[in-house]
Amino acid sequence: MTSEHGSHSADTVVTSEHAADIDRHVRIYITVFVALMGLTVVTVAVSYLHLPVPIAVAVALLVATVKGTLVACYFMHLISEKKLIYAVLVLTAVFFVVLLALPAVTHHNGYWIPE
Amino acid sequence: MDIPYTVEIRRDTGLTNGKIGIWLFLASEVMLFGALFASYILIRVGSPSWPRGDTILNVPLATFNTIVLITSSVTMVMAWASLMRGRFGTFRMYMGGTVLLGAVFLVVKYFEYSHKFHEGLFPSTNNFLAIYFTLTGLHMLHVLGGMVVNAYFWGPGAKLWKTNPVWFTNRVENSGLFWHFVDLVWIFLFPTLYLL
Repeated sequence: MTSEHGSHSADTVVTSEHAADIDRHVRIYITVFVALMGLTVVTVAVSYLHLPVPIAVAVALLVATVKGTLVACYFMHLISEKKLIYAVLVLTAVFFVVLLALPAVTHHNGYWIPE
Repeated sequence: MDIPYTVEIRRDTGLTNGKIGIWLFLASEVMLFGALFASYILIRVGSPSWPRGDTILNVPLATFNTIVLITSSVTMVMAWASLMRGRFGTFRMYMGGTVLLGAVFLVVKYFEYSHKFHEGLFPSTNNFLAIYFTLTGLHMLHVLGGMVVNAYFWGPGAKLWKTNPVWFTNRVENSGLFWHFVDLVWIFLFPTLYLL
């Protein structure tokens, strides 16, 4: 891969990663697509069972997490990413969990500010 | 002056600048949607009663939209894979499909919204509708933003392919990362708002 911004031929892209590698990627994308469709059906089907709310929330979040993980790992290529991206995401995850935990803490004491 | 590290990898990060830039942006987006999800939990837990989404919202339409958005994520990644194979024509087809599917999503959402307004259901009606319109409205803006960028790469932005295909491919990969993120947010929004 050249580092100049001059003229590149389209071949540059093809040779930068082997064509067979891309074919393998494409097969994975199709598999993930089928899995996502199947899990969407599961999500909707489970909602018709009218499970008790805590169980329904747990199942819905579990299925959504599996779907989200598939999208992030394969479509967003997180399965094979550089360390720096992982570091950024770990930091984000920590702050995200704290953010979501705030309402739980609030509820635990009844009110955040004591009456 | 050229933008540095659009094509070649920066040695210390192991990445192009565009790649690290889009991921930092997505990290901030996680916090933006995270704040609204936290608000949703707080409002729901704190209210004496909460309606099941499917008693107010249209689940079949939202299911259809979920399928549309997941399909658009596949066409997006196929558009990128087409560039990696050096097939520009195929890229155009998949990228055009991605933009069209985004438009289908917005049209369906328009019908959903207008139906609610017609029934006299507004963000001010109750807490459920307030958080529903806020979360889906913000998400719709993201779909629109992604469509504008993708349409640019389908149209005038594609000129870069002729002069610097690697840079163009990297740009499409980065706009794809944003598009997949928008899909990912919907994957959580759909059950949270419509099914629980």
